[in-house]
Amino acid sequence: MAVICKARVSMLVAAIAFSGAICAVVPASAQEPIRIGAFLSVTGPAAFLGDPEQKTLEMYIERINAAGGVTGRKLQLVVYDDGGDADKARTFTKRLLEQDKVDIIVGGSTTGTTMAAVPLVEQAQVPLVSLAGAVVIVEPTKKWVFKTPHTDRMACEKIFADMRGRKLTKVALISGAGGFDKSMRGECLKVAGKYGVDIVADESYGAADTDMTAQLTKIKGTPSVQAVLNCGFGQGPAIVTKNYKQLGLTTPLYQSHGVASKEFIKLAGDAAEGVRLPAAALLVADILPESDAQKPVVVAYKRDYEAKYKSDVSTFGGHAYDGLMLAVDAIKRAGGTDKAKLRDALESTRGYIGTAGVVNMSSADHMGLDLTAFRMLEVRNGGWVLVKETAM
Amino acid sequence: MDSQWTQFLAGGLTAGSVYALVALGYSIIFNASRVINFAQGEFVMIGGMSAVSLVATGVPMPIAVAGAVVIASIVGLLLEKLAVERAPRADVVTLIIITIGASIFLRGLAQLVWDKAIHPLPPFSGDRPIAVLGATIVPQSLWVLGAMVVIVAALSWFFGRTLLGKAMLATSHNRLAAQLVGIDVAKVLFASFGLAAALGAIAGVLIAPITFTSYDVGVMLGLKGFAAAILGGLGSFAGAIVGGLVLGLLESLSAGYVSSAYKDVVAFLIMLVVLFFRPRGILGALQSVRV
Amino acid sequence: MFASRRQDATNPWWASSRTGGIALLALVIALAPLAISNNYFYDVAIIVGLNAIVCVGLNLLIGYAGQISLGHAGFVGLGAYGSALLASRYGWPPLAALVAATAGVALLAFVVGRPILRLHGHYLAMATLGLGIIVSIVISTEDGLTGGPDGMPVPPLALFGLVVQGERTWYWVVGGCLLLAVWLAQNLIESPIGRALRALHTSEIAAEVAGIDSARHKLMVFVVSAVFAAVAGGLTAFYAGFITPAKASFLHSIELVTMVVFGGMASTFGAVVGAAILTVLPQVLTLLKDYEMVVFGALMMLTMIFLPLGVVPTLAGYWRRGAR
Repeated sequence: MAVICKARVSMLVAAIAFSGAICAVVPASAQEPIRIGAFLSVTGPAAFLGDPEQKTLEMYIERINAAGGVTGRKLQLVVYDDGGDADKARTFTKRLLEQDKVDIIVGGSTTGTTMAAVPLVEQAQVPLVSLAGAVVIVEPTKKWVFKTPHTDRMACEKIFADMRGRKLTKVALISGAGGFDKSMRGECLKVAGKYGVDIVADESYGAADTDMTAQLTKIKGTPSVQAVLNCGFGQGPAIVTKNYKQLGLTTPLYQSHGVASKEFIKLAGDAAEGVRLPAAALLVADILPESDAQKPVVVAYKRDYEAKYKSDVSTFGGHAYDGLMLAVDAIKRAGGTDKAKLRDALESTRGYIGTAGVVNMSSADHMGLDLTAFRMLEVRNGGWVLVKETAM
Repeated sequence: MDSQWTQFLAGGLTAGSVYALVALGYSIIFNASRVINFAQGEFVMIGGMSAVSLVATGVPMPIAVAGAVVIASIVGLLLEKLAVERAPRADVVTLIIITIGASIFLRGLAQLVWDKAIHPLPPFSGDRPIAVLGATIVPQSLWVLGAMVVIVAALSWFFGRTLLGKAMLATSHNRLAAQLVGIDVAKVLFASFGLAAALGAIAGVLIAPITFTSYDVGVMLGLKGFAAAILGGLGSFAGAIVGGLVLGLLESLSAGYVSSAYKDVVAFLIMLVVLFFRPRGILGALQSVRV
Repeated sequence: MFASRRQDATNPWWASSRTGGIALLALVIALAPLAISNNYFYDVAIIVGLNAIVCVGLNLLIGYAGQISLGHAGFVGLGAYGSALLASRYGWPPLAALVAATAGVALLAFVVGRPILRLHGHYLAMATLGLGIIVSIVISTEDGLTGGPDGMPVPPLALFGLVVQGERTWYWVVGGCLLLAVWLAQNLIESPIGRALRALHTSEIAAEVAGIDSARHKLMVFVVSAVFAAVAGGLTAFYAGFITPAKASFLHSIELVTMVVFGGMASTFGAVVGAAILTVLPQVLTLLKDYEMVVFGALMMLTMIFLPLGVVPTLAGYWRRGAR
């Protein structure tokens, strides 16, 4: 009897010990959330970008968690507002890396804030998915830095290709004083020659300027101008567009992808008629042909965002959506949050369909979009229409 | 080429009128208390944003404008009662920091009450451009210029004919003497804030159809208004108007004839030169210093 | 020795005596790492130190000489960009770049200071504000040289062949520089020049009647405060490895003046405390998300209403009254 009891007791003890060992071995991370860090310009001059980005991240992380999380773990968002200031962005990145110990960072609404964070993530070896536009973020390619939006150079190329198709070769530039504006202007000046475009005027306005009639009057006075390109975002381009109509300018006006949102049309009113700009498919989600690969993704995002926040969807929110989903997809493929595996998984993203386009990353291309990801749109009757693509 | 300068003139005068209204606010409060109210720009913002909200609820434009001015005036009065009056023995620099804190507070509040987006306001009488002397302006510009003229006239009547206005004027000339003849300078300060806020709100509502409004539109306008007030001579009402118009014209003409990228630099440089030759501003009174 | 004891009889030794205050600051700097658990806190401490250096210099101008500068961030930005450009574009050794940039800023302050300091009060404020804005616009527009609004990278600082890298090392470098700055400021304040400045502050006319060349003294303190700012700017550039024109923006200038007044004018340690509080506070308040601005503004107003002389002098005053 005693022997059998002893055997049973020792089996019981072994069983308890075994299950105890299993509990210890099953990684504590099964309970530990996946920490996604973000530094965004929610206030300040780039609030146009950062506000929808933050809203998108919060909304989708909530949804993913409600559906069970990723690889069995919940997502936890740690987001800081850098106000568009690169120094604050740097401090917050350090905070995300050292204090909050995040697994991946989605952020940098602007190029300045992203570039300030780049040395930190390269040193800490944590992947960063930037939401900013300038080509300098991924060129030269940095091991740990990726980005989701199209580059400003692509925007210039798309616009110039369209201009060439309409036989417009003498172009006037007008741009704002911000980083986005100046960076895009720089890229446009560089690639203009490739499309046979001649820049005949180059005006600029200040960040909070309220009247651009002086600059547009000078452009009007330049005899050979056939088209005008406005590199900017926020209220500047809307004021430029209104002044454009006020002065009775009839040459075609192109805007940048920085104003790719219904808000631009609301602000500029009927002065926006006929304005063309390159934008992600998200903006014309409803009129995309059914065969378009992006249609399901963009329609779903637009519907969900507008339902929750009662305001129009914007491409910047879309970039945040892509950033988050790419990260989540990479975590799934990497099977966890090992930083090196996560980075490799991001780099090997293929055929991912987002709001910006179809993403194919590689070790030489940490953005993954090509020119087809941009659609040329025109404002007509207060809404967007797709422009037929001319041969590039 | 020749018609270009009239366009620059039109743009400069429109912007300048707004600066002038903001500058008036600075001068009025300065006269009552020697304090620079750095929250002046926020009154402009509150005016514009309130009008946007009121219009969105379906209220007709004139009532929305009046409502916005009333709301901003209340905010101004509250600011004086709750913040400025609580620091009676503080020196000028401390009071300035209090107003800076107030401007941050108001901006943060605006973020919560409204949002961070940019909002348009419908123009008062349509936006078909009008051709004048080779330039084209929007009807709203005429409203801005007209309103400024009306306000200048109204203020002259107020300061010249009403008791409160004369009391404010007396306080600005010599605070001690005003107290000696029985003027309640505390009440004058209270009214000054209300009046400055109302002026700021009017500027905000006038300009919103042209330039849109958002929660942080007050920062730049406040700065330019302050520059205009100094340029024209701090404390001088005529100086505020002159300073505002001159600043607007400087910006527009520099953009047109010098360089649009450096127009603000040119404007500020010229301002510095003016201050160098006239250290009290264009119309600033020469102040004698008691030793 | 006895004379100085008598002078400070009503003040606690740690709030007014030159050596006492500096000793306390040195103690705080030396012991703070015990409370710091990661590099993020070191980063905040370093930023506090760098802001404090600018504020100590600015306090000499505002608190002691009674002048005002709403454009001091311009000097910070020039120091930063000067050092960065010389070190990266022209390949100068970083320390030499820092020294040269500071010398350049001092020269600019000297040239610009004479005409500008003829103005008084709010006119001087506007003139300095205008200067600051001109500097920040030029830096932002000349993007071929400076990288424009998106900023430019900066090579690391190397002292005598050793690269200064890592938050811990920088903490000691900045801490040392802050102590040096405070020591210099205190020395200036308690020298005949300092007394002349205080006389100037009280009444410029009376001071001139007493034989003090007010223009020369004002210019000197303007240049000194510009030098402090430029050094801090250069160090920030090397530490962060990246600078943007926001460094020279007028919002940053207003922040600096707020730190000085908040901490207490005419108090070097007040400037340090002001810089510390107003640098750390946003880091704490960021947890409030959308309410950050409202709370920050409210705190600023309330503090200035209840501590109208600034934090340090008001608290020192309570201490003094309590001690009696």
